[in-house]
Amino acid sequence: MAPQFHSESFEAVVLPHLDAAYNLARWLMRGREEAQDVVQEAMVRALTYFPSFRGDNARGWLLQIVRNAAYASMKLNRGLVAVPIESQAGEDLALTDPGDNPEMALTKTQDLKLVHRLLAGLPVELREVLLLREMEEMSYKEIARVTEAPIGTVMSRLWRARRLLATAIESGERAA
Amino acid sequence: MSEMEDCKRALLTQADFDGELDAAQAADLVLHRETCAQCRAAYERLAMVRAAIRDDDLYQRAPDSLRSALTARAAASSGGSEPHALAPARARWWPTANFGMGAAVAAGFALLVTLSGNSDLADRVVDDHVRALQPGHLWDVESTDRHTVKPWFDGKIDFAPPVKDLANHDFPLKGGRLDYLNGRQVAAMVYERGHHPIDLMVWPAAGAANAAPTVTMRNGFAAIHWTQDGMTLWAVSDLERAQLAEFVDLWRAAP
Repeated sequence: MAPQFHSESFEAVVLPHLDAAYNLARWLMRGREEAQDVVQEAMVRALTYFPSFRGDNARGWLLQIVRNAAYASMKLNRGLVAVPIESQAGEDLALTDPGDNPEMALTKTQDLKLVHRLLAGLPVELREVLLLREMEEMSYKEIARVTEAPIGTVMSRLWRARRLLATAIESGERAA
Repeated sequence: MSEMEDCKRALLTQADFDGELDAAQAADLVLHRETCAQCRAAYERLAMVRAAIRDDDLYQRAPDSLRSALTARAAASSGGSEPHALAPARARWWPTANFGMGAAVAAGFALLVTLSGNSDLADRVVDDHVRALQPGHLWDVESTDRHTVKPWFDGKIDFAPPVKDLANHDFPLKGGRLDYLNGRQVAAMVYERGHHPIDLMVWPAAGAANAAPTVTMRNGFAAIHWTQDGMTLWAVSDLERAQLAEFVDLWRAAP
């Protein structure tokens, strides 16, 4: 059955945002398995809704579905929302080739692990706005829509997230 | 940053940094930063955090196995074998699944994910719900009044299904229909939350004891099964699990 409102297929419109979907799920959920389950469920849901999707922001539309699926899963499985994924910090870091400067590479690995751990340790409502802004480069308006929060709330969460991270990175660097 | 955390200028500096200001506002802030060391420092810290996060190695890309599984699934679906799209009349293009944060917690029972046993039946219940979502199939009798829906089943079915009114809890009754499921006729009541239909399928449980709800996920639909007052009940919907759980909890408690 061809989509009734979209001349293009699900594969062409939604699937290109699979990495964004997985990245959000992976940063919201505790582990890789859980993130994959969330993305699977969100994609099935997106397929169901797709014939009626008329907007032009397929990524925001998909990420909102992913976020809802992730929150529902967190609540069902643990009865609480914010779960730091500290224990697994760094396990998914696909490090780039150190090239011919191993010392530099080591520093970079340490920095990445630090940032990874700090980001994973942020409260989930701060973590999600920060990664939507910095990793997906979404506008405040888009973030507000995905997280179902007013723009002012998005701005203050973003500010708190950045302040926490900046302070932690600076003290981490001092400690190192 | 810390000295001015409650300062409106902090959020303005941030908005400038994020490219959210128009040219005139942005120009004001550039001039301001030339004389204000605090705002300059704040801006630099924003840039430091950005540089730390915008590292490609922190971006978690989808595993190949997931990608190929989903690509295959999308291809199968657009091939037409599974006409499970919602009817346009009920469609929404920005699904606002606004599951209340506390609502699920308030639902007074533990949800258990079923591992086996009812899994075949769960498939059939969800299939039935998906079939019903096709235009014109959702209900045979359309009414928000349980005193209309309940008598409608008389003479059409060999048991009296419990029909409850949950309109006060924002789960209005929309109608009812007859289905054939699991080798027998069953009654299906249709409720709604937002624009999401909820099917509640009911048939006699043949003397079975009351059983607490268990939830199963199938193709993005949640199905919750329980036994109450001699009836087998299945609630199925594309609502968030938490919202469907809220519905089930209210229904079980309703007179």
